[in-house]
Amino acid sequence: MLTQHFPALLVVVPLMAAPLIVFARRSLASWLIALLATAVTFGIAASLLAQTLSDGTISYAMGSWEAPLGIEYRIDAAGAFVAVIVAAMGLIVMPYSRVGIATEVRSEEHYLYYALMMLCLAGLLGILVTGDAFNLFVFLEVSSLATYVLIAMGRDRRALVAAYQYLLMGTIGATLYVIGVGLLYLETGTLNLADMTTRLVEVGDSRGVLAALAFITVGISLKIALFPLHLWLPNAYAYAPSPVSAFLAATATKVSIYVLMRYFFTIFGSTEVFDARATGTILLGLSLAAMFVPAVVAIFQHDMKRLLAYSSVSQIGYITLGISLDSVEGLMASAMHLFNHALTKGGLFLVLGGVVLRCGGAGFDRLAGLGQTMPVAAFAMVVGGLSLIGVPGTAGFISKWYLVSAAMHEGQWWLVGAVLASSLLAVIYVWRFVEVAYFRAPPADHPAPGEAPLSMLLPALAMIAGCVYFGIDATWSSEVAMRVAEVLMYNPGVGQ
Amino acid sequence: MRLDIILRVLAKLLIPFALVFGLYVQFHGDFGPGGGFQAGVIVAAAVIFYALIYGLPAARRVVPTDLVQALMAVGVLLYAGVGVASILFGGNYLDYFVLGADPVSGQHRGIFWVEAGVLITVASVMLKIFYVFAGRRRDAEEPEQ
Repeated sequence: MLTQHFPALLVVVPLMAAPLIVFARRSLASWLIALLATAVTFGIAASLLAQTLSDGTISYAMGSWEAPLGIEYRIDAAGAFVAVIVAAMGLIVMPYSRVGIATEVRSEEHYLYYALMMLCLAGLLGILVTGDAFNLFVFLEVSSLATYVLIAMGRDRRALVAAYQYLLMGTIGATLYVIGVGLLYLETGTLNLADMTTRLVEVGDSRGVLAALAFITVGISLKIALFPLHLWLPNAYAYAPSPVSAFLAATATKVSIYVLMRYFFTIFGSTEVFDARATGTILLGLSLAAMFVPAVVAIFQHDMKRLLAYSSVSQIGYITLGISLDSVEGLMASAMHLFNHALTKGGLFLVLGGVVLRCGGAGFDRLAGLGQTMPVAAFAMVVGGLSLIGVPGTAGFISKWYLVSAAMHEGQWWLVGAVLASSLLAVIYVWRFVEVAYFRAPPADHPAPGEAPLSMLLPALAMIAGCVYFGIDATWSSEVAMRVAEVLMYNPGVGQ
Repeated sequence: MRLDIILRVLAKLLIPFALVFGLYVQFHGDFGPGGGFQAGVIVAAAVIFYALIYGLPAARRVVPTDLVQALMAVGVLLYAGVGVASILFGGNYLDYFVLGADPVSGQHRGIFWVEAGVLITVASVMLKIFYVFAGRRRDAEEPEQ
């Protein structure tokens, strides 16, 4: 049956779509191939999630070489959950891209945009599905290299500098990761993650393992854009073409967070990472700094895209805060926020893409009076903003609620105040947009009033509607997030 | 360039041998050091050598840019296609055992086509990079598609 090959096909379908697009060359044909491939990929990801939720971990032997000798593809509920987020985001961004990149990417480069999106998708999904430490590095590079070029496609010349900055930081991060993997290989003699997990127990506490933990943590934190390693992110999101910003904001950092969770809780084990040393305290401190410092910086931005980018760094702090609590409840809150924030920030960037198309930029001077000229988009931005703040009835509230209750469960009452205070900062930066959009007159030379084309507006509104839906009925998301946390924490074997 | 007769004659002599050596490295990869990546680099180096001696336009006439770009995609498709073929023959992805009548011939066939894909992609990517860098100033007036 074809179903049994889904772990491989999850990567192969977008990977093969990319060269086909290079053949197609024409903008329309490339778009159709990309659309079809993302739809198929999403179907596969959704089926894998259903399968892992009901039957447990799936293992797939690449080339029929059994693990740990061969490369194993191994996907459980945690990986499949993030894979569904990534594939769904790809499926939403593709219909949007047709008009979305028309003005932002040179027409002769359209097919390259679609091909690179496919490669980026293949890389991100590969990270989630692979059970091999080195294979993970390869997919990390596949997705990153595609991302650098996608960012550089932005029409602003500063996009090149932003892409170069990200290339340097991303390469350092990937190098640190691969050094860590090398050390682990030295200590355990295996690259298979499941095999490594059992062998690490036998190796026990050694200097090599400790160094590997340090290298991997810092390397992946660079990719996550964990404060203070976030400096590449604001420019990269601000100058990339709008669909790229939306796609990356919802997926790239989230996948890296998954990798960190995987290494912390499954491979090294929480005893090694949290009980034996101060990792938890350090991560807690950095998360708190991330919740406050970039949020304050966001308040002082004059460009909506940059504001949202800084807000992303701040929101990542909530996710890592959940990790630092070292409990199932904390992990569950992290998984929840991973989903909810992808929904919120992806939706906001998509709405903003339509605004940029009509207003010719995301600077506050261009957005003035948006409430009159583009009422639907302005309202959608406000709803998304409310979800960023965490107002009840939006997805952001649910994840913050779980985060706060996880903190209380650990007896860390003061964290409740910290989350609340950080949310107040979000109120301020969201209010900045409200003030610009509703209390200022539109600029005299306003270029093209009217809403964005439907092909852009509908995907964007669907995601914003998702923010509200998952804010009111969080049954599905909380149940799956709970499973994800349990799988990460207790690491059941294949088929359990 | 017109006066460099020694270089031109030597290049004409060396390039066929470089290409043959590339193919040797490719097909001997089963038994000794070598394989698609190294062979691809050698093949690309032969064309780059030709471009250095006879000029970029001459090289682009022999190996057109469009062909190079198409070959980049062909190689990846070939590699990935072998995996899909394995699935169609009832194995796992990239399972070479099912590709032949017996396991040994299956492995041979699988690795042959995969390495062919690697050769094509590596050689054309190297050439593409060379063309883009070498043509930077030349193409400034009429940007390359």
